[in-house]
Amino acid sequence: MTQRPLSPFLEIYHFGHTMALSIAHRITGVWLAAGLCALVYWLMSAAEGEMAYERATALLSGWCFRVLLLGWLAAFCYHLVNGLRHLVWDAGFGLEKRQARRSAALVLAVALLAFIALACWFCCRRWGAP
Amino acid sequence: MSLRSPLGVALGHGSAGDGVGHWWSQRVSALALVPLTIWLLVALLRLPLADYATVSIWMAGGWNPVLLSLTVTVACWHSLLGVQVVIEDYVHTPALKLALLLASSGAHLLLAASGVYAILRVALRGAA
Repeated sequence: MTQRPLSPFLEIYHFGHTMALSIAHRITGVWLAAGLCALVYWLMSAAEGEMAYERATALLSGWCFRVLLLGWLAAFCYHLVNGLRHLVWDAGFGLEKRQARRSAALVLAVALLAFIALACWFCCRRWGAP
Repeated sequence: MSLRSPLGVALGHGSAGDGVGHWWSQRVSALALVPLTIWLLVALLRLPLADYATVSIWMAGGWNPVLLSLTVTVACWHSLLGVQVVIEDYVHTPALKLALLLASSGAHLLLAASGVYAILRVALRGAA
């Protein structure tokens, strides 16, 4: 097989914290793919009927799943905000090193605030009928 | 040393020509998911989820089944593209790579189909 030049892989680079954000985007993305399974499971239970739905909500509102749901919420906040940063990059803006570092800090701050606000909402919400 | 010319070596190994399509598709689905996922998240946080009657009425009401189906299919499509890139980047054994890519595509299509089927079943229940 012909040896072709490859783009340099990770170990070539000096580690910077913006790289941690980049890999976190992938990790949260894969984790959110697992969240899709939970969403579709919930939808399927609703289609199945009241009994199946009640079993599914009992499972999903248990402590174990509440922790997972909070994890998906955190991953969603981060992936959404950092995804917007990627879209801005793709449009050709903010690619300088200084700008990328500043937008990294901004992404972390906005994602954290959004997560705290939504997590409070999630924890205080009513699960049952009013 | 090879006697093949540089051009001969390069021909037939070039870009498959569909990378740009993948790239665009991932960006466009990302853009669509911004409003869709925020809408779904806020709706889910506002619903009394343990109350089946309220939830099924919401699922069948107005534009909700349309937006729900869109959210599920676009999210599955975006996820399929993203997981594909992750597999291609980190798995270097050709057979394993192919197996994982097939499994991931199959699982994502299954998720999308099940999600839409479930939404339609709830939405069309009254009509049946």
